[in-house]
Amino acid sequence: MANVLSNIGDWVGERAPGLAPFYRKHMSEYYAPKNFNLWYYFGVLAMVVLVNQILTGIFLTMNYNPSAAGAFDSVQYIMRDVEWGWLIRYMHSTGASLFFVVVFLHMFRGLMYGSYKRPREMVWLLGMLIFLVLMAEAFMGYVLPWGNMSFWGAKVIISLFGTIPFIGNTLVEWIMGDFLPADSTLNRFFALHVIALPIVLLLLVVLHIFALHEVGSNNPDGVDIKHGPKGNRWDANKPADGVPFHPYYTVHDLVGIGFLLLIAAFIIFFAPTFGGWFLEHDNSIMANNLVTPAEIKPVWYFTPFYAIVRMVPSFFGSAVWGVLAMFGAIAVLFFLPWFDRGQVRSIRYRGTGYKVALGLFVVAFLGLGAVGTGITAEVIPKWFGNVDLTTWENLFGRLMTIIYFGFFPFLWAYTHFGWEKTKPVPERVTGHD
Amino acid sequence: MANEVVDHGRRRFLTAATAVVGGVGVVSVAVPFIKSWEPSARAKAAGAPVTQSLAKIESGQQLIVGWRSLPVFIVNRTKDQLATLPTQDSRLVDPKSDGASAQQQPKYAQNEARSIKPEWLVMVGICTHLGCVPGYVGEMKPEPFDPNWKGGYYCPCHHSRYDMAGRVYQGVPAPKNMQIPPYHFIDDTTIQIGVDPKGAA
Repeated sequence: MANVLSNIGDWVGERAPGLAPFYRKHMSEYYAPKNFNLWYYFGVLAMVVLVNQILTGIFLTMNYNPSAAGAFDSVQYIMRDVEWGWLIRYMHSTGASLFFVVVFLHMFRGLMYGSYKRPREMVWLLGMLIFLVLMAEAFMGYVLPWGNMSFWGAKVIISLFGTIPFIGNTLVEWIMGDFLPADSTLNRFFALHVIALPIVLLLLVVLHIFALHEVGSNNPDGVDIKHGPKGNRWDANKPADGVPFHPYYTVHDLVGIGFLLLIAAFIIFFAPTFGGWFLEHDNSIMANNLVTPAEIKPVWYFTPFYAIVRMVPSFFGSAVWGVLAMFGAIAVLFFLPWFDRGQVRSIRYRGTGYKVALGLFVVAFLGLGAVGTGITAEVIPKWFGNVDLTTWENLFGRLMTIIYFGFFPFLWAYTHFGWEKTKPVPERVTGHD
Repeated sequence: MANEVVDHGRRRFLTAATAVVGGVGVVSVAVPFIKSWEPSARAKAAGAPVTQSLAKIESGQQLIVGWRSLPVFIVNRTKDQLATLPTQDSRLVDPKSDGASAQQQPKYAQNEARSIKPEWLVMVGICTHLGCVPGYVGEMKPEPFDPNWKGGYYCPCHHSRYDMAGRVYQGVPAPKNMQIPPYHFIDDTTIQIGVDPKGAA
């Protein structure tokens, strides 16, 4: 038996000589730093969620009907009549929200440990592209059930493009293929959601990982293990502080995956709508172009960006500035590796100014989320009594917007003029044996 | 074949020319795909401008026509109704339609009567609160919902009130004045809804 397997191995090896080296390069001989902590789970968790989205998505299309007349009913059909359809749909909807949870944490890890810095700028740029495509993918998927929030959410988001001077209205009609979100809109979003964007997403994920494996993984100490001492148990010329990705990190990651699945299963079985945060209540009503929901707000993962639109007032009779600011909030992240001129990567050895700035950046992001989800509209009257809500909400939201954008010029000035007082970075990762 | 001398200038020219022709081809092929996203003939027919004769609408009467699956109110406002419009300013949210309601009408209808000809009100009959269709209460007499009623619109869903120019009153849930669609007069007694007048943006 062993002989037969070995023969098959030889047969494949002769005909595809690149396979074994490929496996070694990316798995068994990819040396990752041995000091990864909890934050290093989220990349692999994002991949697990991606696989889940593709698998459940394929099965959802088998019963989904992409038409304005049939979409809503077919989703109800999946939920009620299709065997286990409810589970497959809840896996998909919960996966969508968890995707953003793990991606936000994954990105924050990059900020904390300076993973975007030289020589990993390409990894960061590809990651940002993934984030952009992911947002488009999530928005279009959100429209497909054709509930009333789907419809009005689509209308509001597409209308953002209508604020662009001169071409705005034509652009909006071009995106919708009609004067309101309609059959044509739903059909093209379906095509983009199930074919076009997933292909792009998969390609970008592969490039993201290849780019990472070219330069090697960063770690919580921000130390380049490739420049450290050589020689480990497996190879005399490889970094002393590296361990082979397989089997060490594959097995290690299984623990994290287990935790993710546990949390996901809890949500799917006990709180699939997550109190209206993952699946909004107004979407249980069919799309109706004559009745607007009481409050149109996007799903939670878009709220920080959506809040920026609301916080930027109109100037010169145009509302385009808020939209520019919203896209700017994402665009500015692309340039982070060039705003940050500092040489020290990890927050462990960076100056106090950076720690405070990063903390404020997170506060601003969450604060904008609170404005976007309507939390501030609820707590301001509760905490401060009968005050002018709009004024105070705008004051708070604008402060958060300024802090969000202020992070980048501050970071540039702080590192460019040498104000940052860093601690010495160790030669090797801490805690090595 | 045995040409020893390579003409680099010729080679560069041919490479550039081939690339340009290829690029033109790519752009040309992209056109049908991009154009396929424009509203289809069916969508355009459904959203086509609506032409309506005003000849048979009596003074004080309202007619409702459908345009892009929205109800459009057409009212022949009386002299009295028009005369009350300025008197309501202090009770309205945005009497000049230049605040929250700045986008609720085309520029040529951004005036006191919110219309091209004062007597003819042409308005999308959708409450700006939750999209219900407000009722036309044209007579100036005390109503249960307002003892000083001067005629206007009353929304049955959440009691939003509008005056005879679709301007929203203070203290109701609706935030904005009702929307005025683009329209123009083809002749004295015919309007077309969905098309701006010539020369207006």
